[in-house]
Amino acid sequence: MSTPPAPARPARISLAVRDCSTMLRRNLLHARRYPSLTLNLLLTPIMLLLLFVYIFGDTMSAGIGGGGPNRSEYIAYIVPGLLLMTIGSTVVGTAVSVSNDMTEGVIARFRTMAIHRGSVIVGHVIGSVLQSITSVVLVGAVAVAIGFRSTDATVLEWLAAFGLLVLFATALTWIAVGMGLVSPNAEAAGNNAMPLILLPLLSSAFVPIHAMPGWFRPIAEYQPFTPAIETLRGLLLGTGIGNNGWLAVVWCLGLTVLGYLWSTSKFNSDPK
Amino acid sequence: MTDLAIAANGLRKSYGDKTVLDGVDLAVPEGTIFSLLGPNGAGKTTAVKILSTLVPPDPASGRIRVGGHDLATDAQAVRAAIGVTGQFSAVDGLITGEENMLLMADLHHLSKREGRQVTAELLERFDLTEAAKKPASTYSGGMKRRLDIAMTLVGGPRIIFLDEPTTGLDPRSRHNMWQIIRELVTGGVTVFLTTQYLEEADELADRIAVLHDGEIAAQGTAEELKRIVPGGHVRLRFTDPAAYRSAASALRDASRDEESLALRIPSDGSQRELRSILDRLDSEGIEADELTVHTPDLDDVFFALTGGAGIPDQPKEAAR
Repeated sequence: MSTPPAPARPARISLAVRDCSTMLRRNLLHARRYPSLTLNLLLTPIMLLLLFVYIFGDTMSAGIGGGGPNRSEYIAYIVPGLLLMTIGSTVVGTAVSVSNDMTEGVIARFRTMAIHRGSVIVGHVIGSVLQSITSVVLVGAVAVAIGFRSTDATVLEWLAAFGLLVLFATALTWIAVGMGLVSPNAEAAGNNAMPLILLPLLSSAFVPIHAMPGWFRPIAEYQPFTPAIETLRGLLLGTGIGNNGWLAVVWCLGLTVLGYLWSTSKFNSDPK
Repeated sequence: MTDLAIAANGLRKSYGDKTVLDGVDLAVPEGTIFSLLGPNGAGKTTAVKILSTLVPPDPASGRIRVGGHDLATDAQAVRAAIGVTGQFSAVDGLITGEENMLLMADLHHLSKREGRQVTAELLERFDLTEAAKKPASTYSGGMKRRLDIAMTLVGGPRIIFLDEPTTGLDPRSRHNMWQIIRELVTGGVTVFLTTQYLEEADELADRIAVLHDGEIAAQGTAEELKRIVPGGHVRLRFTDPAAYRSAASALRDASRDEESLALRIPSDGSQRELRSILDRLDSEGIEADELTVHTPDLDDVFFALTGGAGIPDQPKEAAR
């Protein structure tokens, strides 16, 4: 039998990178061929943005600020939350497409090929993070178009904000991939990933935590969206960040590690 | 070449209490077509899944070598030597046939130029050039199966597993597939084929193993297996229960199927034997509503090997 001998370590790593990028190309091709899912998920945050600014904006800002209605101030308040919500919304699509993908016979084919084992999952994760960032940029552009401006954020703060968004997208994506892998079908995957869209509604995205009823505050406070939103707010608008910076990073890293271990163990366990 | 492409000793697999494979020994020489024959649920697909590294065998199994590599310790080397076309099409339906092929070329680490060349050649060979730019999900069953095999061939595997490659295909596609499989071995490739049809194994395989309830019931060439089978049977069907009963008493060697009012008489289907059956019926003044001659098929192999018990009567493929 003429099988090439196992390649040396550096060669193995470069082959693994090549397999991952092949799988990434496959996922991007899917996203490009069938953009409706991505666009549908993008609608939710954009609609919420327009709804909260133009319909509820005056009342909400009067309620929060204590003064008169101030719509532009409220735009500034909710945009950081909506950017993170956009990520939550995009990764619901990830859970659905991972679940769909696992029912395809081609996955069984990949498992019988001499390729890097994790490349299927890594391709999904990188593809989804890129999609999240694209969506965030699009929602951000809408926000700027209706009047959102950052208050003297430095280049470093912009970079940190971008880094936080990438980190957050990576964390939620790994969790969503795990949800997609354990769900028996695409509908179940969509339902299982729902909390990732709903959590921002229970955070400081739309109203400050101190304006919430006392019993509810712990729920809003001890979840990943609130510290991430507060950090993003601080970076873009110059509000106080406090502990939220490192809390957000810890949440992101924790969820990434958890999602990674969960997803890879699920994917590597015996298929039925 | 006398080397074995596949050598498995005591292959075992159970899911919970259910034993799917109960100590199966397989020896497939290089460059031959080997067919694992059996009905649904016999364990054929499980055997393919294990040999192609998809699922691990039970620890109680003996040594398993595929392509000269140990399945347990060197699965990745096994994967590099094999190609698998499963029972359910393993193509990516969302992308085009050509993109599916290029995806395989990338995963086999071919250069861009090589990848394009292999893709064009194989699409041409499997008559898919015209459909190359269409999404694979729009392909017919036969086209999907052809694309599936074309994808399997991209890396130039030495051993190819085909799990029921013709199930669900129309007769023309089935004959095309047979031709494709025959051509595969001319290049020295080993083919491990599973099928439910004796006819198919007979057409293609150098050696056949009959799998029944997770064990090999018989193994040999098609000729050797047919010797086990007592030459087929004649089936008589009645609509009148009285005619059925008198025919049953006239033909004592027939096995009865009370529910469908049918009799089954062992026969090689020769003119002489048919005449003798008809003469016996005529002399009793009985007229059957339907008479069919069955050549040996999988059912008969099973009746012979398992003492006539075990499998339900299925509609016959080879009725003439």
